[in-house]
Amino acid sequence: MGETTDQPILEVRNLTVEFPGRHGTVAALSDVSLNIRAGEILGVVGESGAGKSMTGLAIQGLLERPGHISGGEIWLKGRRIDTLDDYEMQKIRGREIGAIFQDPLTSLNPLFTVGAQLSETIRQHLNMNKTQARARAVELLGEVGIPSPDERVNHYPHQFSGGMRQRVVIALALAASPKLLIADEPTTALDVSIQAQIISLLRKLCKEKRTAVMLVTHDMGVIAEAADRVAVMYAGRLIELGSVNQVLHASTHPYTRGLMASIPALAARVERLNQIDGSMPRPGAIPNGCAFNPRCKSTGPRCIRERPELMPAGDGASACWLNAGGIQ
Amino acid sequence: MTEIRQKMPAFTAEHLVKTFDVSAPWLSRVVERKPRQLLQAVNDISFTVPAGGCLSIVGESGCGKSTVARLVTGLHKPSGGELRFAPGRNGAPVSVQMIFQDPYASLNPRWRVKNIVAEPLRELKLLKTSAAITDRVEELLETVGLSASDGEKYPHEFSGGQRQRISIARALASEPEFLVCDEPTSALDVSVQAQVLNLMRRLQDELGLTYLFISHDMSVVRHMSDRIAVMYLGRIVEEGDTEELFADPRHPYTQLLLQTIPNVQKPNRDRVVGGGEVPSPLKPPSGCAFHPRCPVATARCSVEIPDVRTLTNGTRVACHLVDERAADVSV
Repeated sequence: MGETTDQPILEVRNLTVEFPGRHGTVAALSDVSLNIRAGEILGVVGESGAGKSMTGLAIQGLLERPGHISGGEIWLKGRRIDTLDDYEMQKIRGREIGAIFQDPLTSLNPLFTVGAQLSETIRQHLNMNKTQARARAVELLGEVGIPSPDERVNHYPHQFSGGMRQRVVIALALAASPKLLIADEPTTALDVSIQAQIISLLRKLCKEKRTAVMLVTHDMGVIAEAADRVAVMYAGRLIELGSVNQVLHASTHPYTRGLMASIPALAARVERLNQIDGSMPRPGAIPNGCAFNPRCKSTGPRCIRERPELMPAGDGASACWLNAGGIQ
Repeated sequence: MTEIRQKMPAFTAEHLVKTFDVSAPWLSRVVERKPRQLLQAVNDISFTVPAGGCLSIVGESGCGKSTVARLVTGLHKPSGGELRFAPGRNGAPVSVQMIFQDPYASLNPRWRVKNIVAEPLRELKLLKTSAAITDRVEELLETVGLSASDGEKYPHEFSGGQRQRISIARALASEPEFLVCDEPTSALDVSVQAQVLNLMRRLQDELGLTYLFISHDMSVVRHMSDRIAVMYLGRIVEEGDTEELFADPRHPYTQLLLQTIPNVQKPNRDRVVGGGEVPSPLKPPSGCAFHPRCPVATARCSVEIPDVRTLTNGTRVACHLVDERAADVSV
């Protein structure tokens, strides 16, 4: 990605999110640091409950109470946004940060035409009158590949198919040309042939408009096809960060390697899949030392004693003692 | 293993049809003068599942694959066609059980796991004494990789993968010979999916089970099945041996499906994606239902529904263009 500039659009430093509960405070995210540059797609992968969606919500200031950011900083284009109040954040959402959620039907209002919803967003954030906003809405629908946009603009969400609806949601997220796009499982509810269309659309728009994209997904295939860099999350922490090639094919963390090996291959059939025994610990019951140690095949005494931080490994970073002085 | 898999069919479906009546209520129909509206969910499909083998049905949402699973297990009554269960153990027709997609919705949250697993035993009166039932439940839980003491817990105390193990234990309670699995791993994470798929393969080998496996995930299907049937809008467009189908997909829809799967090993980042979407099953296109999306469609495709032809390698395919390559067709 030679064309990306050095100043990142989004910078997250040591983000920690806590949920106070009846049985004490639970850390849903601990010490997450990442950044995304213009025109770059950062894939965030992990199993359900790993904290990947939580990271996206925290960045948008959409954490559900009583959850709150208890540590760390979030910077957007050189401006700190985690300390802003709700009113200020509302102006940032939609204008500076666009969002795409998993289910395209629930992110659209069934009672308004897609044109009305697009115009509303456009006029909220950009200085345009009704006619201009409508023309922009038609243009946006065309950009996301909806056939005959001048006609479709008057249709209601239920008149669109799943894939077309997700295109409308993308148009809505990009309406005010945000610098950062957070896409949370944008293709999970779609069929594979439609998923491929949406991924290539996202990639094309990201490169053309030089938007920074945070692509949250559990699907390694989607990551392999769309992301430039990958962040792997486990039990609320970032455990590996690196280029898509390194993380997928030369991972420096045993969890990522195990995850890759457990995907059934398309090329050849094996008798038995490589499985990672056990399941991810729930927040609040995270073991001492490395959170992955009970499931790891190469656990040593140090893994149980000490928690590894993200440390440089290969062209990225990895939170594993194997890369930093051994497991003894 | 191969000898077992080439045995007789355990199950045969012939010209299976399922039509749902999705008309508006009677009064609205009369007021608005609208006709009845019928949805052809499954449209004249035939397939066989070899005993001890695994046939997978793949397709996109709305193609009718889950309806097939429900027809086979008797949860829907077919509108036409025939379901034939071959004689199994003791000469009686093979017994069927089903595993459902969502392990969160398919287990009663207010029942202890031991009662969930024991339900088929009690309901079908398979075991007489409660001591025998307790023993059998413990044995079943251990078979699926849980511990006997887990029977005292409630479903919410388990993770998704463990819950799916519980539904497998429940399905195995009545010692079925034929398991219908409707997307058993779609709600699970990959590392857990591998655990469940490995368990299902091990059970197949140990208990000689026959599987009808419904999925939308081609890589899972490839791992599990001996034969694959690809469905599109209620019809089977191609059916063949797993290896043959992956190596040489004949139907343009199968080719599209295989091209669009994101491949972790060999990602295709600059793919040119074929456009189009699955049409509504309420208004299926004329002729071959795939023709509006098909890159090689001819005038004939929009008029005439293609017949299913059997090729020399045993692959069955419904496409006019494959017909025309007459050399390798054996009718």
